[in-house]
Amino acid sequence: MTNAQATPVLELTGIGKEFGAIRALHDVDMQVLPGEVVGLMGDNGAGKSTLVKIIAGNFRPSHGEIRFAGSAVHFNRPVDARGVGIEVVYQDLALADNLTAAANVFLGRELKRRIGPFALLDHKAMAARALELFGELRSETRPDDLVKQMSGGQRQAVAIARTRLSNAKLVMMDEPTAAISVRQVEQVLGLIHRLKEQGVAVMLISHRMPDVFAVCDRVIVMRRGEKRADKPIHQTSPEEVTALITGAKEAA
Amino acid sequence: MAMPMESPISFTNVGRIRWWQRGIFASQTGYVLLALAVLLVVMHFASPYFFTEGNMQNVAKNFSFIAIATLGVTFVIITGGIDLSVGSMMCFSAMVTSMVMTELSAPGSPAGSLFVHMAADGKTVLANVPGLILLVSLLAGLGVALLAGLVNGFCIAVLGLSPFVTTLGMLSIVRGLGYVVSNGRGSFPGGPDAGYFYALTSGDVLGVPVPFIYLIVLALAMAVVLHHSSFGRHVFALGGNEKAAELTGIPVVRVKIEVYVICALAAGLQGIIISGWLGSAPANMATSYELNVIAAAVIGGANLAGGIGGPLGAIVGCVLLEVIRNGLVLAQVSSYWQQTLVGVIIILAVLVDRIRSRMI
Repeated sequence: MTNAQATPVLELTGIGKEFGAIRALHDVDMQVLPGEVVGLMGDNGAGKSTLVKIIAGNFRPSHGEIRFAGSAVHFNRPVDARGVGIEVVYQDLALADNLTAAANVFLGRELKRRIGPFALLDHKAMAARALELFGELRSETRPDDLVKQMSGGQRQAVAIARTRLSNAKLVMMDEPTAAISVRQVEQVLGLIHRLKEQGVAVMLISHRMPDVFAVCDRVIVMRRGEKRADKPIHQTSPEEVTALITGAKEAA
Repeated sequence: MAMPMESPISFTNVGRIRWWQRGIFASQTGYVLLALAVLLVVMHFASPYFFTEGNMQNVAKNFSFIAIATLGVTFVIITGGIDLSVGSMMCFSAMVTSMVMTELSAPGSPAGSLFVHMAADGKTVLANVPGLILLVSLLAGLGVALLAGLVNGFCIAVLGLSPFVTTLGMLSIVRGLGYVVSNGRGSFPGGPDAGYFYALTSGDVLGVPVPFIYLIVLALAMAVVLHHSSFGRHVFALGGNEKAAELTGIPVVRVKIEVYVICALAAGLQGIIISGWLGSAPANMATSYELNVIAAAVIGGANLAGGIGGPLGAIVGCVLLEVIRNGLVLAQVSSYWQQTLVGVIIILAVLVDRIRSRMI
């Protein structure tokens, strides 16, 4: 998959982040190529979340440069990142419980139809598109059911369906398989394969070693705010990655 | 970039929720409406006067007097906020409206000479353009409401102050300003346009009180905005999960400011209508009305935690309060009991909702 000539979809150079006296990230360089699935691993507090939030536009980096699809970008808000083609599935899913599945999928980018001078919501079109997306995810989720009444897997499907609305170039998933059933994990991993087939880069942030080894082309290990390893998946092993995460092995 | 479907989606494990367990039937608004219907039947048998035309008109007029403000505060409550300044806002808007109207209708004053002139008899004041004074004074009254709403919204959305504290402060500020501009006295709508003013605020069309007509029009508009516009969708999203709203790119600050402005405008309009019915805008007008307004919204099913509410609930809450008040009067129960009963109903309505949501 790795293509040396291709422009990296995401390129980080010397990214660092300090929160007051705490150094959360230090000098992180990384590249993600189109259609590549990169696993980001690390223990709690290793800097994974901070890195994801910087790429997603929640935080601004203290140092370093982010290049997206070849040009330098500066995100002030998550919307800016979404604007260039970065979609994020947040760990807490960012769903409004009081709204329907379709409403949540289209939150912030509702489909509208014009009636005279007014732009009203196009409920039918949104429900139809949402049902289509849930179908692709093999999730038994009705677009007009309230998210409040849904299972963990259905909620996950709603959050992932969101990223499929636009032509995202990079999808970041924060622990997408942490809270769902075995069958649904298969579905999520299947979806990651489909994204990859279409040339979408995926960054999978996960604690689950089997998932990472099942779908990722490359694994990046973070420890104490620094990148400790960046290896093609077939050149490493779960044992080595575990050693890198825990610090039994310093770097690889 | 649609992905191929392997097979059509089936719902073998996920049952459809029955129609009577969804929407209005499963909401607090639904059974408060039911309770209201029962109450109306009881009232019909308890008092022969209840369903007379005059009493119905009275009820319709009386609940319209807080219902428009309740619609406004419902917007705020859906976003998970609260606006305590509605009572003061009603008074201040009404006061500014009638003071501007009186001021512009004085022939000698510099502002007045632009709008009015003396008739040939030297006593009657005539408007240069009929209705213009009314328009300007209504705009002035709603303008101050708009300003107060903007300040509320700015403090809450931009500065991040708590809605409770901000609007509690605004309650006092606006009430105080009312006393300042009027010197503690009331003000009266006057001048050549006063006739139009009374017709527009306390008149009736074919026996239907005009405040009731305004209420229905505004409630319908609100229903469309809440359920069929992206603004309404964002209002609900904000109340459901503010962080999610922010992450999905909803302009949270703008939506918040807008709901406080809508609420203040609704309160201002309500105050102006009340002053037309009273014939004056006394400085202590609508004192503690914010509690009635919030109580009506909550009884009707708006959730103070945010995310739930609507115009039907707001109206049902107001009607229920008014029918109880009216019923107690007809039953010759001491009016002091009214407030006690309202308190009991607020707690009952919320309690029933809690029990119901535990049963499902």
